[in-house]
Amino acid sequence: MLLIRCPYCEEERPELEFRNAGEAHIARPTNIAAESDDDFEKFFFIRANPKGVIYERWRHIHGCARFFNAVRDTVTDKFVMTYKAGEPKPAKLPGASK
Amino acid sequence: MNAVFRISGAGRLSQAKTASFSFDDKPYIGIEGDTLASALLANGVHLVGRSFKYHRPRGFLSAGAEEPNALVQIVRDDARKTPNVRATVQELYDGLTANSQNRWPSLAFDVGAVNDLASPMFSAGFYYKTFMWPKWAWKDLYEPKIRAAAGLGVSPEKPDPDHYAARYAHCEVLVLGGGAAGIAAALAAAETGVRVILADEQAEFGGSLRFESGARIDGQDGYAWAQAAIAKLKAMDNVRVLSRTTAFGYYAQNFVGLVERVSDHLKNPGRELARERLWQVRANRVVIATGAIERHMVFANNDRPGVMLASAARTYLNHYGVAVGRNVGVYTANDSAYAAAIDLKKAGVNVAAIVDLRDNPAGPVIDEARGLGIEINFGRAVVSAGGKLRVSSMTVQPKNGGGERTIPVDAILMSAGWTPSVHLFSQSRGKVAFNDETKRFVPGTYAQDCVSVGACNGADGLAASVDEAYAAGAKAAKEAGGKIGKGAKPKVDAGESWSRGMLGAAPGAGPGTTVKAFVDFQNDVTAKDIRQAVHEGMHSIEHVKRFTTNGMATDQGKTSNMHGLAIAAEELGKPIPQVGLTTFRAPYTPVTFGSIVGHARGALFDPTRRTATHGWAASHGAVFEDVGHWKRAWYFPKAGEDMHAAVNRECVTVRKAGGLFDASTLGKIEVVGPDAAKFMELLYTNPWEKLETGRCRYGIMLREDGFIYDDGVVGRLAPDRFHVTTTTGGAPRVMNHMEDYLQTEFPHLNVWLTSITEQWAVIAVQGPKSRDIIAPLVEGIDMSDEAMPHMSVREGKICGVPTRLFRMSFTGERGFEVNVPADYGEAVWEALWAEGRKHGATAYGTETMHVLRAEKGYIIVGQDTDGTVTPNDAGLDWAVGKKKTDFVGIRGLTRPDLVAKGRKQLVGLKTKDPKVVLEEGAQIVADPKQPIPMKMIGHVTSSYWSENCGRSIALALVAGGRDRMGETLYVPMPNGTIEVEVTGMVFVDEKGERLNG
Repeated sequence: MLLIRCPYCEEERPELEFRNAGEAHIARPTNIAAESDDDFEKFFFIRANPKGVIYERWRHIHGCARFFNAVRDTVTDKFVMTYKAGEPKPAKLPGASK
Repeated sequence: MNAVFRISGAGRLSQAKTASFSFDDKPYIGIEGDTLASALLANGVHLVGRSFKYHRPRGFLSAGAEEPNALVQIVRDDARKTPNVRATVQELYDGLTANSQNRWPSLAFDVGAVNDLASPMFSAGFYYKTFMWPKWAWKDLYEPKIRAAAGLGVSPEKPDPDHYAARYAHCEVLVLGGGAAGIAAALAAAETGVRVILADEQAEFGGSLRFESGARIDGQDGYAWAQAAIAKLKAMDNVRVLSRTTAFGYYAQNFVGLVERVSDHLKNPGRELARERLWQVRANRVVIATGAIERHMVFANNDRPGVMLASAARTYLNHYGVAVGRNVGVYTANDSAYAAAIDLKKAGVNVAAIVDLRDNPAGPVIDEARGLGIEINFGRAVVSAGGKLRVSSMTVQPKNGGGERTIPVDAILMSAGWTPSVHLFSQSRGKVAFNDETKRFVPGTYAQDCVSVGACNGADGLAASVDEAYAAGAKAAKEAGGKIGKGAKPKVDAGESWSRGMLGAAPGAGPGTTVKAFVDFQNDVTAKDIRQAVHEGMHSIEHVKRFTTNGMATDQGKTSNMHGLAIAAEELGKPIPQVGLTTFRAPYTPVTFGSIVGHARGALFDPTRRTATHGWAASHGAVFEDVGHWKRAWYFPKAGEDMHAAVNRECVTVRKAGGLFDASTLGKIEVVGPDAAKFMELLYTNPWEKLETGRCRYGIMLREDGFIYDDGVVGRLAPDRFHVTTTTGGAPRVMNHMEDYLQTEFPHLNVWLTSITEQWAVIAVQGPKSRDIIAPLVEGIDMSDEAMPHMSVREGKICGVPTRLFRMSFTGERGFEVNVPADYGEAVWEALWAEGRKHGATAYGTETMHVLRAEKGYIIVGQDTDGTVTPNDAGLDWAVGKKKTDFVGIRGLTRPDLVAKGRKQLVGLKTKDPKVVLEEGAQIVADPKQPIPMKMIGHVTSSYWSENCGRSIALALVAGGRDRMGETLYVPMPNGTIEVEVTGMVFVDEKGERLNG
């Protein structure tokens, strides 16, 4: 079982307390009704499926209930870091080789 | 009276303490501290099982957890008949009853052994090739016969009466394996003061010190040192010592699963003791000290009972005081087996000969064996074992061919070298590396905060192991925050080394031979099978494994993997690392379902949610149905009524007089704050800003793709406060959906969301008499139609307690939903029930609720919709705010496919024969005469007998449904095609007059 650091609770908690919520940093368009079909497709349907570092949303559902963002390596399953919702995508990852 | 193979003065058990037991109904005497294996061997019993495929007689290969052959059934009672127990790890207790497996009628005469003669039919991958024709025979003939003949033990017929405990634990240093290395690591870590857990699968600590007769540490006999060290560790507050505890799985972030066998070794465990305890340990650092496993020699008939690992024979002698034979032969490719010969010889057992594949080895153990007068043959091979139910001889030949010589023996002790136990390291996702010189895989790249020490890390001797382990234990503790320890490193005065050996088939079983030289005993895989797999195109070791089953089953190839790999590599002409190693997966040894399940069974398997009126409903004869975790009253049958009769009565009564229904399970969310209305505008399709305080609206929630996600009635209690209801099953996901948008897309909105499902009990009172039933109990609310019209909400009191009283209807009748604090739910229900009875009302359950709402064409999200239905499809376009510029799903609704013609739309269906009730889920076609496969244009979503209509009614999703009004469609069923007419969705009171009736 993974340990995940909740950036709001500021501690590592067992995976059981969390729920994955899909890819992060996909903002809902402010004027969504005016989006073209192509743009809406990109926004709603198209997701990255990288081998390696992925940016995703998690929710501390059985804890503080907050959504936050996490950087995880899909190969090792290791969480590189977590940060609060709304914060920008980190420019540099701690301990990342490249 | 001691058993005949027990050697007086040998071993560590007290021979005075006897324990009686039975094997295949025959009584025997063992002694306390025995395993079932050592006790049987003491009585001269080697034959304990029949092999999986060929039903060959089998004995003990090992003295430990790696045992592939000696699987038995331990029987305590009808419910506790544990199959596939390794006799080599089952501790003896007085009265133990064991039976052999996979034989009929008896172990010595087994009919299934014809498979051995017919073995050409059962060669590698036979199940892919044979028994293919005729086609019908597989299911009716071959499979049942094969299943009956193969397989391992027999399952008990009754539920497991034992209980299983579970513990979570945290420590700085977890040490896996309690041999010399593990103990040394634990001592070093413990001395720093950090929390240490030391676990070992055996009943006693010491690992290979159990058989290493010459080991001396800190001036003591090695095994005695181990016991003293364990006593010291046990006395320390920061150390937990777990014996009989197997680390079976190594998971992410140093999370290790251990299973402790608490009472399987006790005669009468008693109810207070768990059978097993699951430990889920999170460690800062893990020290893996799992040792090495000896390999067998691969030669013809190496599976005959009496042929065993040299270290096993030593364990039986030096620990249990049992000689595995009177006249033993030794076959080896390294030094280890010499020690076995020497120990047995000194104990008075005749050693007929040592056969050593090596040409001219030299060393102290060889000199010592020679000095004891044991015949030693270098450069020779045992090419076959004689005997059937027990080995009777070994045939020896120069390894490059030449004259044979047969030596009578009653046991053969073999050693092809030692395989480091890298299982847990590999499970931790560490990468093993092949050492070409020593021909073994050892830990290479680490993926987690762990370290391997001792034999499992490729250490070649006792002194090296202990040194390495002590240093690693101290380092791990320091890294985990420990202080500098003040203890002293154990000093190894004498100890063995165990380097070298061979991999693969021995001479006589090499390429071109067809003898039965077993690589994997448990799966009956021979060297020839591996070569055949390569010939037939399996070039990856993973394919070879699956084709031959080498390394599968309960022992997971602990003794066979390396031999299998070497043979495949030789046949492929590739170096071993290029052929690869199969993946090591958890569990290391078999783990019972009981220990994984723990307490989570029966009522504790899954939470059960009950409403406030559950007890009332139960005492009034309700039949319950499961809705998610909820128990909901389904219907309330009176004496003599079946479900159909009860539901018909309830349906008619509600429309004629009134009915009480527990609607507490509906999800309830309070949306509060200055921006509450704005938030509602964004989350629901409907407009909310202009909804007056005190009024209600039916709301539809979409996903961003435009499909219906949930629905429910929403009441506005104040300008900044909405009481939102959701479907029963949808409550958690709606809350999650709302929180998601509030936290991440609309965080600028000042809104709080609170789940209030559990806080309010909800009693629906429906029917023409509903107001008359409620009114006498209500204070402070004017319930007249003028003051409180349909779709309104008021706050006041009922029966003296606060209520949120909704006027709303899911039946089409005048109706109310009485919300009261859940603690008062039952009392208010009782009071309403008393009033209701005066008016002839009934209690009704979910089935009647379903029928009544279907009569009115009210949909149920998840039943009449399926995640591909838009508001327009469901005929609910009126609920979508046309002037709104944004809400979740607004863009999805304009996707080309969602506005295309011919979408499936919700309509009513009436069967031409009013007595026929359609099946929900049944498919609908336009032309019943078209050829199969027919074009299906829709399906039935809801279907009931409506006593109020005197006929069946149904809802269905039909392509272009609303343009088909009056059309005849067809529902093909196994017993004939049913004609239906497409109708509107409302079957009762189309004008909606009864809402105020």
